Amino acid sequence: MTDHAISHGRRSALFAWLTSETPSSRMQARCVQWFLGWLGLARNPLAMLGLAIVVTLILAAIFAPLLAPHDPLAQDLGRRLLPPGTDGNLLGTDELGRDILSRLLYGARITLYVVALVVFTAPVAGLIVGTVAGYAGGWVDVVLMRMTDVFLAFPRLVLALAFVAALGPGIGNAVLAIALTSWPPYARIARAETLTIRNSDFIAAIRLQGASPLRIVIGHVMPLCVSSVIVRVTLDMAGIILTAAGLGFLGLGAQPPLPEWGAMISTGRLFILDQWWVAAMPGLAIFIVSLGFNLLGDGLRDALDPRSGR
Amino acid sequence: MSLTGSTSGGRRAWLSSRSGVLKGGRLLISLAVTLLGLLLITFLIGRVMPIDPVLAVVGERATKEVYDATRASMGLDDPLIVQFLNYIGEVLTGNFGNSLLTSRPVIDDIARVFPATLELASVATLFGVFIGIPAGVIAAVNAGRWPDHLVRLLGLFGYSMPVFWLGLMGLMIFYGKLDWVAGPGRLDIFFDDVVPQVTGVILIDSLLAGNTEVFANALSHIILPASVLGYYSLAYISRMTRSFMLEQLAQEYVTTARVKGLSEWMVIWRHALGNVMVPLITVIALSYANLLEGSVLTEIVFAWPGIGFYITNALLSADMNAVLGGTVMVGIVFVGLNLLSDLLYRVFDPRAR
Repeated sequence: MTDHAISHGRRSALFAWLTSETPSSRMQARCVQWFLGWLGLARNPLAMLGLAIVVTLILAAIFAPLLAPHDPLAQDLGRRLLPPGTDGNLLGTDELGRDILSRLLYGARITLYVVALVVFTAPVAGLIVGTVAGYAGGWVDVVLMRMTDVFLAFPRLVLALAFVAALGPGIGNAVLAIALTSWPPYARIARAETLTIRNSDFIAAIRLQGASPLRIVIGHVMPLCVSSVIVRVTLDMAGIILTAAGLGFLGLGAQPPLPEWGAMISTGRLFILDQWWVAAMPGLAIFIVSLGFNLLGDGLRDALDPRSGR
Repeated sequence: MSLTGSTSGGRRAWLSSRSGVLKGGRLLISLAVTLLGLLLITFLIGRVMPIDPVLAVVGERATKEVYDATRASMGLDDPLIVQFLNYIGEVLTGNFGNSLLTSRPVIDDIARVFPATLELASVATLFGVFIGIPAGVIAAVNAGRWPDHLVRLLGLFGYSMPVFWLGLMGLMIFYGKLDWVAGPGRLDIFFDDVVPQVTGVILIDSLLAGNTEVFANALSHIILPASVLGYYSLAYISRMTRSFMLEQLAQEYVTTARVKGLSEWMVIWRHALGNVMVPLITVIALSYANLLEGSVLTEIVFAWPGIGFYITNALLSADMNAVLGGTVMVGIVFVGLNLLSDLLYRVFDPRAR
């Protein structure tokens, strides 16, 4: 046998192992589940485009110092407001002669930072509130869900504005404000899932074995709620990016001279009629990244949740 | 059998009206709790803010005695719960304090700026309804073909674009380059105060005064911000219309109507769309509420003197009374619109009664 055939043989063995209908271990079952989900996602070209955009964003953020042709903060007043395509400044320069492309690349770090912080706090909070409310029922449920409703009763941006007003502007406070306003939908989803899981036989079996409510919620209910929460999180990421950019645009998020995309649009606003690229470029970056997250989120929802496939 | 049909019918009607009252009562209670929570949040935000409200009144150079006396007279020495109860009382009587910026009662300011937001959001919703619903229907009828993909793409773009950026680009192109529409603001400056203020909505006021020149100018000013904002409700409405329509088109009555020989036009636009309208009313009310959020950023870009513009300006000059008053107001309207969508659904869909 040639090397090629051997590697092919190994690959098909791996493929068979990954698509087995009778997994022999819990690990294999989990791998099969992930692999089938991935196959479903990979069939969807738009979702793959979204994934490519998101991966590009992550790579741009990691390798910004290597990719950026200039220092994002270095001013050069002799080269201010140069149009895109100028030699050495592919996307032009802003009002202080800073290279827009370099600022966009470094701005990717801020965007990712905001998204990552919100994504690791808000859904966790929502998951805890929702599963506890759903599993406990009774007055705990009523109190927690009322709280959720109250937070949902504000338009998100307006509430975030009020929070930032109280806490003071800055990127940390912007993240806090966004997280504080974005957990309620996750709580609702987790509660709805918990209500259907709560009465199933396997939960009754665990309860009869003497598992404590805490153990049931953390060990058995939460893992089953995670996938629908993850889908919702991916769909929400674009919203998080847009809200963060909106706060930056209003001057309440990242402060100058940080190259935050929303704040860059805000300064570009002054030159919109003559030097359109100063505002257009960062907006385009926000648009492409949000579109990437939306496409990926749609694809994930279709792959993981066949019910909403339409 | 002593129970005749009519008494049992009457009994059922009585029971259902009683359950209606119960439901209404429960709705009112939940509304009250939500509003209470809303006030609690704004109250707490007002308490943790780094700006000292006493300093804002007495100034930096006040003596300790003056400072303490003012603090006590403002009720800031009371326990938090007393302060909160006082706050509720003040809000219920429409007293949000005075704005530092305009030095007028916040409630008067809000009454002045709110019609502008209402005007913008209403025109935007009209835009979303009159384009979004047909777009959604066409997408559903052609599911899986290019019109469907086009509508989906339009929606995806809407969900991915920062509203303030779209507004700026619109200004750059349609005002700066093409000069098709008027620039920022509600009216050109020489039309200010030409028509008497009746409703505060210039499009209506100018028509009431019969001044077509002002109307045309106002229309030219509103068309761009309203279509930018309306694009977002279009994205939402068309997506929901599509999914509702797909559900209806799979029903048997649609097949029956087709078998009966009704024209495709009648089947789609009369029968299927007619049944979709009920859930759509809810969607439209919700999208109207969501426009409040987009209107904050749109108003900034277009210098539109509405509630979002007001809150943001107040925020940038640390005018907390105005910020919190505006936030409470927006919250109340938001809750009200959500309630309205719920009620409309109950009115129009007999199954939900």
